[in-house]
Amino acid sequence: MSFEDPYENLKITTGAVAEPSTSQVNKTGSWRQFRPVIDPDACIGCGQCDTFCPDQAAKPVGDGDTYGIDLDYCKGCGICAKECPVDAIEMVREEA
Amino acid sequence: MAKAEETEDETEILKGTSAVAKGVMSVDPDVVSAYPITPQTGVVEKLSELFADGKMDGEFIKVDSEFNAASTCIGASAAGARVFSATSSQGLKLMSEPLFTASGMRLPIVMAVANRSLSAPLSIWADHTDSFAERDGGMIQFYAEDVQEAVDHVLLGYKVAETVNLPVISTFDGFILTHVQEPVNLPDEEKTSEFLPPREPKYTLDPSDPKTMGAYARPEHWMETRYEVHRALNESRDVIQAAVEEFADVFGRDYTEYGGMIDTYRAEDADYVLLALGSIAGTIREVVDDYRARGEKVGMVRPRIFRPFPAEALRDALAGKEAVGILTKEVSPGYESALAGEVKAALYSADDRPAIQDFIIGLAGRDVTKDEIGDMVEETKTTDREMDFADEESWPQLRAEIIEEEVDFK
Repeated sequence: MSFEDPYENLKITTGAVAEPSTSQVNKTGSWRQFRPVIDPDACIGCGQCDTFCPDQAAKPVGDGDTYGIDLDYCKGCGICAKECPVDAIEMVREEA
Repeated sequence: MAKAEETEDETEILKGTSAVAKGVMSVDPDVVSAYPITPQTGVVEKLSELFADGKMDGEFIKVDSEFNAASTCIGASAAGARVFSATSSQGLKLMSEPLFTASGMRLPIVMAVANRSLSAPLSIWADHTDSFAERDGGMIQFYAEDVQEAVDHVLLGYKVAETVNLPVISTFDGFILTHVQEPVNLPDEEKTSEFLPPREPKYTLDPSDPKTMGAYARPEHWMETRYEVHRALNESRDVIQAAVEEFADVFGRDYTEYGGMIDTYRAEDADYVLLALGSIAGTIREVVDDYRARGEKVGMVRPRIFRPFPAEALRDALAGKEAVGILTKEVSPGYESALAGEVKAALYSADDRPAIQDFIIGLAGRDVTKDEIGDMVEETKTTDREMDFADEESWPQLRAEIIEEEVDFK
């Protein structure tokens, strides 16, 4: 997904009220130290990673047989890897 | 104190908390959410009774903590509702985080705060430690001298809050005003609806027209939102002035002195002035009268509002006096009284600065008698203009005999 940056030429209204979904342009995954890597062959598509992800960064891929991670927002907490019932997710250190 | 004028409103003898609740009833809030805490409990107890008896139409939303009471008020206010809450002491501390949020979101939440000391040690009695701790939250703060003002400040609070889009806390001293019975002119609902038409919020949370409120701000935008809160607080002085003038027209009670910011008593020609917030002003008035009867020019100045700070009004009322004694029920540990520091700052640029002596008194409900106030007048008279850091404030009621002679760091 791509958005125009709603923060450009932003005027502060009373109470800094903004249009909906404007926060999506703030890519909050940049400080991640570990990246979840899903093995699509091992993944059974149960969606536990999506259920537990605190950032809603785990999403079904295609018809939902497997899952992927939106790295724009994933902060690398590793909860998905911990919760995956078939150990299909490995946390890999991000290169500097 | 309101100048006595005949009004058509009904006068009743009421307990402070019941009077405030009935004042709130007249403003017809859509949502009340609160959690009980001494000495405020009577306010929300009475309100829940009025809802249960069908005398109020809105929603009373029960919650499990003050944090959630304030948060419920934020949600309801963001949806366009007129909301009310009440609390004290530890409850106000628990509300502190959501109240800073309410201010940043510019939501006109009005709350009654029954002033009470903060733990530890545990105490339920009155002082101003709780509301002073919220000084920097971006809320307007009213201080009532009597029950009538505690009622009227709530009405004024809504008028100002809904004009400037900021929260208001309307304080009245715990027990001294919450549990006293006084004659009160209750605002009749017709006059209140004339004074306070329905709220017209600029933005509301509405699923058919979604908005984002209170979201993440980047460093290049946040400073402006804080500046806007500061600017709105500063400009609220004019709104307060207009509100007290309209209030006098509608209800006949006159709080228009110094645009509603401060109230004075025999201060104009006084050489020595005592300055204090809240209910202690009633006792100070008597001490002033005693001095005047002896031909000594003593007077009183009482800020009605602490935020926005009435700096200009205080400079006008206090410059040229021989000395000012500040009687205050709070201390900012590590540097004198917060109130005294601000009064001094307000007078720094005055041409003819008075000497100032601050007195930390009445903490956690310790009674302050006329004799003690007389002694403070005498000490104020001997105060000189030199600022001596070794002896910033005076603790005239301190019982030195029950503490160690020296600080014990062991």
